[in-house]
Amino acid sequence: MDTHTFTQEEHYIRQEPYYEPVGDEIAIFEAAYANKLPVLLKGPTGCGKTRFMEYMAWRLKRPLITVSCHDDLTASDLVGRYLVKGGETVWMDGPLTRAVRAGGICYLDEIVEARKDTMVVIHPLADDRRALPMEKLGVLLEATDEFCLAISYNPGYQSVLKDLKQSTRQRFVALEFDYPAPELERRIVANEARVAPAMAEQLVKFAHMTRNLKGSGLDEGASTRLLVHAGKLIAGGVDPVTACRSAVAQAVTDDPDMLSAIQELSASLF
Amino acid sequence: MTAPLAQAQIEALLDLYLETEFTFRPVGPVAAALALLERAEQDFVLDWIKRIATTHITLAFDFAKRAPDLIERFDQRVIEAWAVHLCDTYDRVGMYAALEVAGQVGNFMQQREGHAAGALFEDIAPVLGNFVHGLSGRKLKLEQGDAAWSDGERICLPAIIAALAGRSDNFKLAKAMVAFQWAQTRFGTLRPDLTAICAALADPARALRQFHGLETLRLFARLGRELPGLQREMLRLSQQLEAPVEPAWLALATPLLRPEATVEDSLALLDAACALSDFPVRCFQGELRPDAVAAARAARLEKEKARLRVKLADLAEEARRHKPGKASEDAPEERFEVATEDDEGRLDFEITLDGAPIAPPDDVKQLLTSVHLDFGQIPPEYLVPAGDGEYDPSLYEDRPTDPDAVWQGTYHEEGALFYPEWDLGRQHYRKNWCVMREKEVKPVFDDFPRQTLAKHAALIKHLRKSFEAMRDENRLLKRQTQGDEIDLDALVEALADSRDGREMSDRLFMHMHRAERNIAVVFMVDMSGSTRGWINEAERESLILLCEALERLGDRYAIYGFSGITRKRCELFRIKTFDEPYSDTVKARISGIAPQEYTRMGFAIRHLSKLLNEVEARTRILVTLSDGRPDDYFDAYRGPYGIEDTRMALQEARRSGIHPFCITIDKDARDYLPHMYGAARYVILDDVAQLPGKVADIYRRLTH
Repeated sequence: MDTHTFTQEEHYIRQEPYYEPVGDEIAIFEAAYANKLPVLLKGPTGCGKTRFMEYMAWRLKRPLITVSCHDDLTASDLVGRYLVKGGETVWMDGPLTRAVRAGGICYLDEIVEARKDTMVVIHPLADDRRALPMEKLGVLLEATDEFCLAISYNPGYQSVLKDLKQSTRQRFVALEFDYPAPELERRIVANEARVAPAMAEQLVKFAHMTRNLKGSGLDEGASTRLLVHAGKLIAGGVDPVTACRSAVAQAVTDDPDMLSAIQELSASLF
Repeated sequence: MTAPLAQAQIEALLDLYLETEFTFRPVGPVAAALALLERAEQDFVLDWIKRIATTHITLAFDFAKRAPDLIERFDQRVIEAWAVHLCDTYDRVGMYAALEVAGQVGNFMQQREGHAAGALFEDIAPVLGNFVHGLSGRKLKLEQGDAAWSDGERICLPAIIAALAGRSDNFKLAKAMVAFQWAQTRFGTLRPDLTAICAALADPARALRQFHGLETLRLFARLGRELPGLQREMLRLSQQLEAPVEPAWLALATPLLRPEATVEDSLALLDAACALSDFPVRCFQGELRPDAVAAARAARLEKEKARLRVKLADLAEEARRHKPGKASEDAPEERFEVATEDDEGRLDFEITLDGAPIAPPDDVKQLLTSVHLDFGQIPPEYLVPAGDGEYDPSLYEDRPTDPDAVWQGTYHEEGALFYPEWDLGRQHYRKNWCVMREKEVKPVFDDFPRQTLAKHAALIKHLRKSFEAMRDENRLLKRQTQGDEIDLDALVEALADSRDGREMSDRLFMHMHRAERNIAVVFMVDMSGSTRGWINEAERESLILLCEALERLGDRYAIYGFSGITRKRCELFRIKTFDEPYSDTVKARISGIAPQEYTRMGFAIRHLSKLLNEVEARTRILVTLSDGRPDDYFDAYRGPYGIEDTRMALQEARRSGIHPFCITIDKDARDYLPHMYGAARYVILDDVAQLPGKVADIYRRLTH
């Protein structure tokens, strides 16, 4: 089988991604987009932020350029850099520049993970200037109306080092995401993992048990994404308790006591 | 295999351990019984007799009398746990209770054939503690007790559960007990006033047992719906241990198996149940203790009502601020309403204020949960926001108790933290042995910091310089062999060189060097009486110099003094916490460091390790500064006991990822130091006068 290679700015999402709206986030995003306002998605990991972005990119028919930020991501990783080719230097655009040029949606995932200097380059893009200064080229790239900047951030880290600065956060329209309500979460798990509604219900119940543990030894409970993973394993014939261990318990903690406790919870449930 | 010891040999050892010369214990029969055992078993029992004898001889003798029988019936792990439990009970409540525990040995380890591998409370508590937190409802604490029971706030489990042969089955039984006790709180068993209800019946004690039987059947069915996996296990364990419940009971309890059955339905059947034969107790059901439940509930109700109403007042206040234009004086009183969602074990609440939904913070949800469990609903009077000053803050605030107030009036342990201590003789920890409190050093605003700076001016200049050199900052390194950017200047040169026919350099990259110095350090300073005079002054001077140097470096640091008198009064003195800047107050506290009492070190190392591990840092260092061997007032802490406890505490720190480092001013008695500091690196200073210059320098070398 061939794999398809796209450049990111050509990557239009052609099929409607599965997305269940939780509230009025679609309307808010569309209004922000129409008014050229950047968007901040807040919420715990695995609750549907990235899926929402894919869905909106499909809905707005714009290419989606996602950058997963990590602690070594520099400003030039976003904007671009010189490379050497045959004794000459060649400029190479970074993903953010390409998104601006193509009028796409640039989604910076887990922005607080990136180094502090990266925040500064997005500032001019995130206010009414809507421009990207490219220092090394000495030019200012103005964004078209189609361009949209979105960032995501998980406030649950509770670490001073990984907090978003006021000067950054006050430029964005914020959308808050959380785990969906039980009824909705059941539907999502059943739909995504293709398991029976009763099994989806048990999985959601299990997720709530792990979420009860947040603060007493767990940093974060099981996300909807993990439930979908567990559900897929179960649909593939894996025993539910084993699936919960591999897809959920091991994913949320390394602490042996906590692992056993989560294991006992799932063994009690199924 | 080594040959077993003969009776005479055993008797000689027992004479020694139990000091029969003074105590006149008849050790003959014990020795005779032990002589029949294998050598490994003899060694095990004798070792434990010796270890318990360091706690109390009577206890050891009692253990010796029972040991030959026990070793036939249980594996050594269980006996060891029992021995430790015995000593713990002695530590906690004294000899009488400990002998009683010893007498109940049958209770504690049920009669059975063969060697049972029990589940020990300390092994299973961490897992089951988390397990019960994962279930919905009030956060229940898990504690060790004399049986499985619950007062609605904590669940007690016995020290050992050994009803079944295998360890994993015993663990499953413990889990079933915990889940069942949880279900009693969660599904209303503890809600009615059982004492009053049963008192109205002919035989109150029996009525309570029969009621517990009805509830056992109801909750078992309920658990089948909530936690089907667990119910299967419970059934399997119960079938191994007990006869099935009689048909008459099952017939009576049929209405209790419905999903909507509540505790009221059980109460309605109580008269009929009293007419039946005694309910056959299930292995997982534990005990029902209405008096303890009522006491916990009485203490909780008013407090939670106050807390909830104060929190709601806060929420209303916040909502009001977001709604401008409305004068708060003549606005009608806010009306809170709560919708409870109690489906399939999940308990959730939605709050509305005057019809507008409000997202309740976690603590409010916890309170609502707790209140809901007490009443089965949220009573309307709980939803009236508290007026200003309606409640005494002491009712709803966790007030910090003044550590000094402890010694006025009767002794109490409120607001104290407990730390274990390693008992050399027992070769085991003494649980909750040290009663520790944090206090503040009284600041003394005097001339001392300034004088110190003047006195050591040259040294400080040198220290600042050398510490500044260690400081790490983000730097752009040019002309590197690798990096994330091309160094264009270097490239242009290199290309020119290569056109010229010269060799091209490979140093063509720029690399951003990032500051990685991520260190947190605690200084633990000896404030015992023996530091009086020179040492105290040297310590204070060192701290001033150290702070000056550390401020240049930017490492996070905290300073604490330690002292104490007996295990009941272990004190740590805050001089500077991690979050506090190096201010005049901190300087004044350093001035105020005054010699106190004795040198008990273990608790201080354990507490500061805990604090240190809560700080986010790549490297954690604990530096202790003391004037010699551990010591305490008329206490076993003097001598090997204290040395071993200190050694153990340092090892614990090391295991948790801390780098301990010890600085000692002690001219003689160095013999014990290498052993005591086993896990730590250390340095001995001969001359007190060296101290101020050395401490900062040692720290510099330590972290370079």
